[in-house]
Amino acid sequence: MALLETTDLHVRFELFEGMSHVLNGVNLKVERGERVAVVGESGCGKSLTARAVLGLLRHTNAQIDGSVRFDGSELLSLSERGWRSIRGRRIGMIFQDPTAALNPTFTVGDQLFKVIIRGGRARTKRRAREIAREALRHTAIADPDRVLNAYPFQLSGGLAQRVLITMALVNEPELVLADEPGSALDVTVQEQTLRLMRALGDELGAAVLIITHNLGVVREFAQRVYVMYAGSIVEEADVDTLFHAPRHPYTRALLEAVPRLTGEMLPQPIEGVVPDYTAAPVGCRFHPRCPHAQPACQEPPPVVDLGGGHRVACVLPEAAP
Amino acid sequence: MGVAGFILRRSAAAIVVLVGLSILIFVVARIIPGDPARMALGSVATPEQVEKLRNRLHLDESLPIQYWEFIKGLARGDLGESLVTRRSVSLDLIDTFPATLELVLAAGLIMVLVGVPLGIIAARYRDTAVDNVARLFALLGVVTPSFVWAVFLMLLLSFVLGLLPVAGRLSEAFDPPPMVSGMYTLDALIAGQWRAFWDAIQHLILPALALALAGMGQAARLTRTNMAEVYGRQYIEMARAFAFREHEIALKYALRPAMIPTLTILGLDFAVMLGNAFLVEAVFVWPGMAKYGVFAILRKDLNAIVGTVLVIGAMFLIVNIIVDMLTAYINPQIRLGRRVA
Ligand SMILES: Nc1ncnc2c1ncn2[C@@H]1O[C@H](COP(=O)(O)OP(=O)(O)O)[C@@H](O)[C@H]1O
Ligand SMILES: [Mg+2]
Repeated sequence: MALLETTDLHVRFELFEGMSHVLNGVNLKVERGERVAVVGESGCGKSLTARAVLGLLRHTNAQIDGSVRFDGSELLSLSERGWRSIRGRRIGMIFQDPTAALNPTFTVGDQLFKVIIRGGRARTKRRAREIAREALRHTAIADPDRVLNAYPFQLSGGLAQRVLITMALVNEPELVLADEPGSALDVTVQEQTLRLMRALGDELGAAVLIITHNLGVVREFAQRVYVMYAGSIVEEADVDTLFHAPRHPYTRALLEAVPRLTGEMLPQPIEGVVPDYTAAPVGCRFHPRCPHAQPACQEPPPVVDLGGGHRVACVLPEAAP
Repeated sequence: MGVAGFILRRSAAAIVVLVGLSILIFVVARIIPGDPARMALGSVATPEQVEKLRNRLHLDESLPIQYWEFIKGLARGDLGESLVTRRSVSLDLIDTFPATLELVLAAGLIMVLVGVPLGIIAARYRDTAVDNVARLFALLGVVTPSFVWAVFLMLLLSFVLGLLPVAGRLSEAFDPPPMVSGMYTLDALIAGQWRAFWDAIQHLILPALALALAGMGQAARLTRTNMAEVYGRQYIEMARAFAFREHEIALKYALRPAMIPTLTILGLDFAVMLGNAFLVEAVFVWPGMAKYGVFAILRKDLNAIVGTVLVIGAMFLIVNIIVDMLTAYINPQIRLGRRVA
């Protein structure tokens, strides 16, 4: 049984302009201890997937269908009470922008202690402080007390990012959802962030679902990868296969858009933009941008299993590269 | 920067503003048309009598000299003599100001203690029936002027329902409590006169409510808007992702950031109340500064005009300093400046 499994996950928003159908049947799985990436352009619904998994959309006007199972039990029908034993305890989340994810009017300590207490690790603030100190040292923060007493705006981006990682991991969750960790920071800090997450995740044996628009991050961090386009998973494979034998035209386009240090090929940006979800293309959502599009693409694409966990949702899975 | 330093700097700035205000009002009071001495003495007085009074008031001197005389008096706590009451303006103000202050403080308290929670509830239960009722209520408060509320509440609660006294600060049956602050409710408490206290409260409720409703509606709307904005922030979703309780998010993690912009406006609303208090006092025959101030202007009672304006100006500045201190307290970015680590 997979640790996390979403099945045919749909998310729609009723907007003034009409029904915005963003997630269009997302299927993905994360096994225990596994590092999985979801990659796609900005606006493809990656963050929305993570928020749906943690039940955070119930505070919006989102309509959700399908299933999200965690360790065998359904999360979508969970009560607020039921979420208490999941959020922050069994699933930790690292939000995208560390400066926006911390409350500017409370100290880091106030927020981290609360995370620890709500996570059931400590009853008193005193005990929470001990745990927090230890955990911050673990994320290579030399002077934990100074960080705990600081307000978020007093921290550098790198420190704030490590605080977020600490929060996600301090209660020793089984799964960490990481939304573009470090992407708001410079490249060196981003690399440090990934290394740190990897080390801590391994140590805990936690599975990590990392969300990114950056294929470099996928290659560096993940074992398996899902490629997402406009609210659907278009291809899934282990990382090596994805980079060496990509099958979906969107995956290939993504790979060609990556700037390279060697070789004479200039990066080729993908033509067009992610569709408006109130009027998303029928059938394969990528077909209006696809160089290989044909009439059959107006129908929902079949999911072709190529073996070895490599699946692609395309009518032309064999199309020449 | 310590709290003491902050208060000291702000007080110094406030004194500069007060000096400026005193010069301005001093000059304005003297250039509006009409001879104060003649107005004070009436048409039957002889020119000699008028001239004598003009001398006593230094009205024939140049403006700078008049101002210098005024400042010399002020240093002794003497604001000069009122031409209407023929008493020291300082004493007149000590008699009337506490009543106004009591009214405005009570209204301010209602504004904050009812308006802000109403806004929190509306934001917490956004777009539900609770929210709509709170918003309607708040809107009514904002669009209806204080004196209309005053008349309406008086008719409803005093005349029709007979729940509360119609006017005044205290029933005939009670003597005013020994003066400490001049505010009857507070002084009655200090003296341990419970029945007088209760009577004073009953007299205070209607005018304070009438005065508070506009600010209260505004406070509720502002709090709701700012809370709703904060609810859209990433750190609120983050708090939920870590299973923080909803009521704790509302009352702690969303409220504090939402109060930063709200406080400043509440301070301004409080200042507006000082102005509206004059109208409400008139309706409820509340013996505050309103009647005194209005007569001072109509009769060109120079010293009384200057005294009244300075007291209101000082009060305005004190409210401002308090609001700034509270803002600095809840907003660490003001307290600490940026980035240290
Ligand atoms: N609360 C919401 N209401 C309406 N639309 C939303 C809401 N949240 C997300 N969306 C839409 O979902 C789409 C995907 O967003 P997101 O998941 O943030 O993309 P990504 O993380 O892949 O960049 C966007 O078009 C966004 O406008
Ligand atoms: Mg995103």
